[in-house]
Amino acid sequence: MSTTREPETIVGSINQEPLTSSGSAPKQAETIKLSTERLNFHYGNYKALHDISLNFYANKITALIGPSGCGKSTFLRTLNRISETIRHTRIDGRITLDGEDVLALDVTNLRRRVGMVFQRPNPFPKSIFDNVAYGVRVNGMARGTSIREVVEKSLHRAALWDEVKDKLHETAHALSGGQQQRLCIARALAVDPEVLLLDEPCSALDPIATAKIEDLLFTLKDDCTIVIVTHNMQQAARVADNTGFFLLGKLIEFDQTEVIFKNPAAKETEDYITGRFG
Amino acid sequence: MRNRRKIVNIVMLSLTGACTVVIIGILLVILGYLFWNGARYLTVDFFTKLPAPVGESGGGMANAIVGSGKLLLLAVLIGVPFGFLGGVYLAEFGTGIFPSVVRYMTDLLNGVPSIVIGIFAYGVVVARMHHFSTLAGGVALGVMMVPIALRTTEEFLRGVPQSLREGAMALGASKARTIATVVIPAAIKGIFSGMMLDLARVAGETAPLLFTSLGNRFWSPGWDKPTSALPEMIYHYAISPYDEWHRQAWAAGFVLLTLVLLVNIIARQVLARTSHAG
Repeated sequence: MSTTREPETIVGSINQEPLTSSGSAPKQAETIKLSTERLNFHYGNYKALHDISLNFYANKITALIGPSGCGKSTFLRTLNRISETIRHTRIDGRITLDGEDVLALDVTNLRRRVGMVFQRPNPFPKSIFDNVAYGVRVNGMARGTSIREVVEKSLHRAALWDEVKDKLHETAHALSGGQQQRLCIARALAVDPEVLLLDEPCSALDPIATAKIEDLLFTLKDDCTIVIVTHNMQQAARVADNTGFFLLGKLIEFDQTEVIFKNPAAKETEDYITGRFG
Repeated sequence: MRNRRKIVNIVMLSLTGACTVVIIGILLVILGYLFWNGARYLTVDFFTKLPAPVGESGGGMANAIVGSGKLLLLAVLIGVPFGFLGGVYLAEFGTGIFPSVVRYMTDLLNGVPSIVIGIFAYGVVVARMHHFSTLAGGVALGVMMVPIALRTTEEFLRGVPQSLREGAMALGASKARTIATVVIPAAIKGIFSGMMLDLARVAGETAPLLFTSLGNRFWSPGWDKPTSALPEMIYHYAISPYDEWHRQAWAAGFVLLTLVLLVNIIARQVLARTSHAG
């Protein structure tokens, strides 16, 4: 697998502007890594997402906020097509990764390039080492000795190495919740993803563990494009470069985080930010 | 008012307690009775010698112990693969009409009286081969194992959290790979203990053996000769008119129960360990 990613300039080919209203939104110089265009999602007859068009910029952190049931997690789960594992669901519209059509990509390859971390830590009932090595083995990337190196590097990147280096072969379930979540991040990083999706990664964690993960996101930004769904608006304000606000399956507003929190264009955004509903 | 609540509490507590004591009591009486009547006649000869001719004292049931072992081995070879793979199908791929029909049929098969299974094996194996055999007995016991093996596998696989499957698929594992490397390993201890309990259940079956492996007072080499088995020996010895045989039947009953208890205890131990590691 080649890891060289050509930062293609495809801004020109995508006419759809992000739903910004302030005009100050993401500068033209930034590369669009991942993008959706008029994306609709159905659970059976229920339409969960309405015409979502959104750009995720390379090496930026994008937060998706909104009240429960607004579709932000559903949206995130379409980006690596993990939503397909649920029956009777349908995606309409276009998702592109570096300009490639995500819906036409081989799903295995897609998920290697677009990693995911879930709301509740979900380490496999295996050893710490085997958890991190899982993706590498599944994708048949490294062989023999180099798996060890990948595991060590990934644990370093997830800021977990020092805590687990002496017990790599013990079960991952013995770790604390925060450690388990960082293990899941290490597991996702092991296959060297270009995009990392995080679905409320801190909602089951205490403030200290949360702070560690937020710090981690800043360091990961250099190699990854990060999308984080969060319920916690302070978290979005702290970590995200750009923020999108979802309501009832629609993207209401998308802009630089500062603008969203200080000077939102839509009334709904302002109401949500100021705690008038949600 | 408060008194009434206390009285009701005492009455109900005594009732539930009494019922528990009665149930446990029955088991203890059976165990004690078998131990008293059986263990006394248990000698080394019982495990090493062939049955003695009528009128001779001594002799043992070595052939029946080996016969039971061979029958159960065959039962496992037949019942476990069918049950396990069928269970994987029902748990992981089973949606729609066909799987629910299979599920229903399995429950029906579980309810078929063991003697009917014996007649079935007689028709399929004995009548074709024109003689009784270990093989026929193994087939009968194997068929009896299938329903429980299948449903236990299904239940334990279903018990594996969806989040683990998603975790594996988000790393690029295919569905088959996810099942083989994450789902089954997470459930394997439960499945194993279910199979052990299933085995313990058929180990005591007598009726299907009467039509299939028949019984044999001598060693039964290979797989196509009639063979003796512990439950079958207990049946024949217990209805015989000889006191010496009655004593041996008690001893055989004690050995059989001990084996079944042992298997049960091992299975529970394995299962108990799952809850910590799993």
